[in-house]
Amino acid sequence: MVRDVTLGQYFPGKSLIHRLDPRAKIILLIAYLVIIFCTFNYLSLAVVALFTAFCVAFSGVPAKFYLKSLKVIFVIVIITSVINMFYGTGDPIFEWGIIKITVNGINRAVFVTVRIICLILASSCLTFTTSPTDLTDAIERLMKPLNKIHFPVHEIAMMMSLALRFVPTLLEETDKIMQAQKARGADMDSGNLFQRIKALVPILIPLFVSAFRRAYELATAMECRCYRGGVGRTRMKSIHMKKLDAFAFTATALVIGGVVLCNIFLPAAL
Amino acid sequence: MNFISVQNIFFSYSNNEDGSLAKNAVNGVSLEIKKGEFIALLGHNGCGKSTIAKHLNAMLLPDSGKVYIDGDDTCDEEKTYDIRKKVGLVLQNPDNQLVASIVEEDVAFGPENLGVEPEKIRIRVDNALKAVDMYEYRKHAPFKLSGGQKQRVAIAGILAMQPECIVLDEPTAMLDPNGRNEVLSTLLKLNKQNGMTVVLITHYMDEAVLADRVVVMDKGKILTLGTPREVFSQVELLKKHRLDVPQATELAYKLKGCGLNIDKMPLNEEECVKMLEEVLK
Repeated sequence: MVRDVTLGQYFPGKSLIHRLDPRAKIILLIAYLVIIFCTFNYLSLAVVALFTAFCVAFSGVPAKFYLKSLKVIFVIVIITSVINMFYGTGDPIFEWGIIKITVNGINRAVFVTVRIICLILASSCLTFTTSPTDLTDAIERLMKPLNKIHFPVHEIAMMMSLALRFVPTLLEETDKIMQAQKARGADMDSGNLFQRIKALVPILIPLFVSAFRRAYELATAMECRCYRGGVGRTRMKSIHMKKLDAFAFTATALVIGGVVLCNIFLPAAL
Repeated sequence: MNFISVQNIFFSYSNNEDGSLAKNAVNGVSLEIKKGEFIALLGHNGCGKSTIAKHLNAMLLPDSGKVYIDGDDTCDEEKTYDIRKKVGLVLQNPDNQLVASIVEEDVAFGPENLGVEPEKIRIRVDNALKAVDMYEYRKHAPFKLSGGQKQRVAIAGILAMQPECIVLDEPTAMLDPNGRNEVLSTLLKLNKQNGMTVVLITHYMDEAVLADRVVVMDKGKILTLGTPREVFSQVELLKKHRLDVPQATELAYKLKGCGLNIDKMPLNEEECVKMLEEVLK
């Protein structure tokens, strides 16, 4: 049961997006998320939506996985767009009791829906095409300047990568403990919610104990391998920005420029 | 001075919870290990063999007595990392000593800590993985490997630091027979071909037979030491301390007890067959 859990949502591949520098991907995603919320008319919204579609298409990840990630936020999208619809200003085109729907309200609903969908698709695109190790590595490298204000960048990145490393190990352990407790007659699949939560206690306690023991041994093993923090440490893989990354930066810059131009020269729809 | 020189060390873990003094885990042990030797350290659980292992790379420091690695005192804090670089320690549970989610990144962890240049790390990692026959698995996730494979990756992680000696604390205790054979043949290869000094801590007698010298410990002291043949001929002594001897030796010992004339104790099945042939002639 626990064994099927795939860690993160990484799909190995060799697509254009896969080959981008993970640092570039993170920076671009942040810039892109900002620009999504700076679209004020339909043309700029279309530019952003098209660009998202382009990224999704070139990520080489089957569309059904994107749909799956959208399914999770489906309810949120519906609720926010409906609420937005009723908060429009201007003359109502439809009125029933206290419910007033205006053109402005409909516009708002459309914008919110498209923005959230683009946001989810773009973020999924990052997690689908970048392995967790690459992600933590990129975060460490990007946050390096924070070292100057004594922010423990290396330690945090090390903790993240160790946590990722131990997720499958601890899942396997949970599985084993569950089976062991079942063999002793533990009942975990029946009873009300309260009883089920209570039934988890005999699983969590041994799991915590073993996690601490593992942590202790891991620390010993790391010391044996001369680990002494981030100072003086080198990395085997040095990542460099390539032509492809320059291309991605240019494309995103063009999209941002386009959105800004649309906002300046076209009337806002909101 | 020998490569590793342990001089009359005593060590006890911190006091018990009730405040009483803990008894010494190591009680006056002296041991000399030459470069290129394959040493097996035998004994019951709690006889102090793991404690000795941790003294060899300055993870633990003796309460009294001295440990010298290649002439350096382990108590000298400035030398701690030099010593850990020279003497690599592999622990029992392979799961708990792999730090990265990809095999080659894990092997690179040691040299990365030592500040080796990236291109050189690459070479070291490839060589270390080839030495333990795990090169084709370099892109795999460790949790998908078998126990023996994981333990070999852990050994590669130590080899990538280019140590002169490798100490293994019961590396085969959690492995199935296949995994045990994989790890042992890797160790033998490293010792015979690369001249690596190997200290193998184990409680399997048939593993100890492969070593150049066997050290038997009991209650924090060295009970006896010598070549496998010398040690396992002392069947009475080992039996008195509830230690086993290899099956073949045990058989010969029992036959001898029945009045058969056996002068050379066999250590493995082959020798045993030969001995029986001679006796039956």
